[in-house]
Amino acid sequence: MNFIETFKVSIEAILSNKVRSGLTMLGVIIGVMAVILLVSIGEGARVYITKELMGLGTNLLIITPGKTTTRGGFHPPSAGTVRKLSYDDSLALRRRAWLLTDAVPIVFGTGKIKYQNLGRDTIVIGTTPEFQRVRNLFVDIGSFVSQGDVDSKSKIVVLGTTVKEELFGDQSSLGKVVMVSDARYRVVGVMQKKGMSLGWDIDDVVFIPVTSGQELFDTDGLFEILASTPRAEDVNPAIAQIKDILIKRHAHKEDFTIQTQGAMLSTMSTILNVLTAVLGGIAGISLLVGGIGIMNIMLVSVRERTREIGIRKALGARNRDIMAQFMIEATTLSGAGGIIGIITGVGLALIIPVFVDVLPTSVSLWSILMAFSFSAAVGVFFGVYPARKAAHQDPIQALRYE
Amino acid sequence: MIELSKITKIYRMGEMDITVLSGIFLKVQSGELIAIMGPSGSGKSTLMNIIGCLDRPTSGAYHFEDREISTLSDDELAAVRNGKIGFVFQTFNLLPRFSALKNVEVPLIYGGMPARLRSERAIPLLQKVGLADRMTHKPTELSGGQQQRVAIARALVNNPPLLLADEPTGNLDSRSGSEILDILTGLNRQGVTIIIVTHDKDVAARCKRVINLKDGQIINDQVMA
Repeated sequence: MNFIETFKVSIEAILSNKVRSGLTMLGVIIGVMAVILLVSIGEGARVYITKELMGLGTNLLIITPGKTTTRGGFHPPSAGTVRKLSYDDSLALRRRAWLLTDAVPIVFGTGKIKYQNLGRDTIVIGTTPEFQRVRNLFVDIGSFVSQGDVDSKSKIVVLGTTVKEELFGDQSSLGKVVMVSDARYRVVGVMQKKGMSLGWDIDDVVFIPVTSGQELFDTDGLFEILASTPRAEDVNPAIAQIKDILIKRHAHKEDFTIQTQGAMLSTMSTILNVLTAVLGGIAGISLLVGGIGIMNIMLVSVRERTREIGIRKALGARNRDIMAQFMIEATTLSGAGGIIGIITGVGLALIIPVFVDVLPTSVSLWSILMAFSFSAAVGVFFGVYPARKAAHQDPIQALRYE
Repeated sequence: MIELSKITKIYRMGEMDITVLSGIFLKVQSGELIAIMGPSGSGKSTLMNIIGCLDRPTSGAYHFEDREISTLSDDELAAVRNGKIGFVFQTFNLLPRFSALKNVEVPLIYGGMPARLRSERAIPLLQKVGLADRMTHKPTELSGGQQQRVAIARALVNNPPLLLADEPTGNLDSRSGSEILDILTGLNRQGVTIIIVTHDKDVAARCKRVINLKDGQIINDQVMA
């Protein structure tokens, strides 16, 4: 008996009991749908976070004061005084670390910005002109903080678009004087609109010269130094160079930490891959349960059709013909369930982000292929036992079965 | 065409061995019309199953058209059942989901005949058994006599030299039963060898040879006048 005949017989058997076949398929449909949906949510998170981190600027190095080990652990609070990073450290890096394109000092804090009777608590970043290049954030109207502003500790401020809109609405803000934590600052520029990144409004921020920032926050240290290299390959030599320069300046102590964008990215990636695998695994269990459903129904079906098996054998069906008939039936159930599951899973994965914007999804081809081949494998695996049982029926016993 | 020599069949039930057939010798010539009779438990159905290659003897030799059957594999037995033997059962044993035509085509499917040729073979047989206007009906839509006629058409579709009928009239009223017998005797006249297992003396009376079985042995084998 050829494949097409066997296939027709199997389809006929599936269609002859539509409700039961539908319910059996539902188990696989839900399983495949869950695998695709959960994996695409995990993938979506990974793609989103990777993109956001890349958006912070590639080949980025972040130098922060204090030594932390990546292993974490217990740090006694009295482990000696930590020398702060200073503006002069950043100048030294800029002068002597020739592998770096930029070394940008940052002070960071929150402050209240007021204009006339409007006020807003926002993030105040003190920095230098190179910040624009390192962080990929550029001024739109007017000018950014200049080196002259830094040298002379000018009281000038560049507004993020959110702050500008809150305080000035549609009016021009250039040249206006605002209060930044009770000091008068003159607005010289407005940044380009950037939107949200990792849940943070990048535009809800103001920039002032780093020296003015130190005065504002009453500190002689820096929050961090952002550095960048021209190429990704330069990151590791640049780290060595930064260490060399700063350790000499810090009484031969490595009391600072250098993080790289690449390291952060790969850490995040690892975490999110584990997350995706866990989600996929949980969904895989439901697919397995769907497979057991198929086996259950197939066993019932074999029993119900014992007599049919006997008749077919008496009429010349070989064991393998009967085996093929039930295998095709099982794999058709799981395969059709798999296809419907893929359609609904991909559909949901595409629809969900439209309604729930905190859940980005990314449908990956490998998750579709994996879910489908897994569902087909489930059909084969859970179909073999009932089909073997059917094929090895004794024809006489089967014919007598009532 | 058939030669059984010293066929025994022993079923093992737990610790006990039950001998169903003990030393059957039987020769069947081509073109015979034989009735096998005997009380329940006499082994006639088992003998029928062995002749029909549905079951294997425990010991003894079975030659069918000069082939030793007991050495064949399951698949080879399936091929013999498919091509050489037609079965007619007491309970008809049609596939309930298929039309009469499709039921008749089933042995052709297992014989590997292409779909377009099958109906050419099946339709004339259904016409021959008088069901030209019932071909698309499912078994549940047919009377017992009609179902048995479908079964006979199905048994004949591969042109087998041997037809085995196990109580073919047992589930039919006497009129349908006699019509079925008319068909079977008609086929025998056209050269098909037929073996009928039956209780019914009226059925046996229409056969050329009657074999009586008791306790797994042939106690009487007589050719009727």
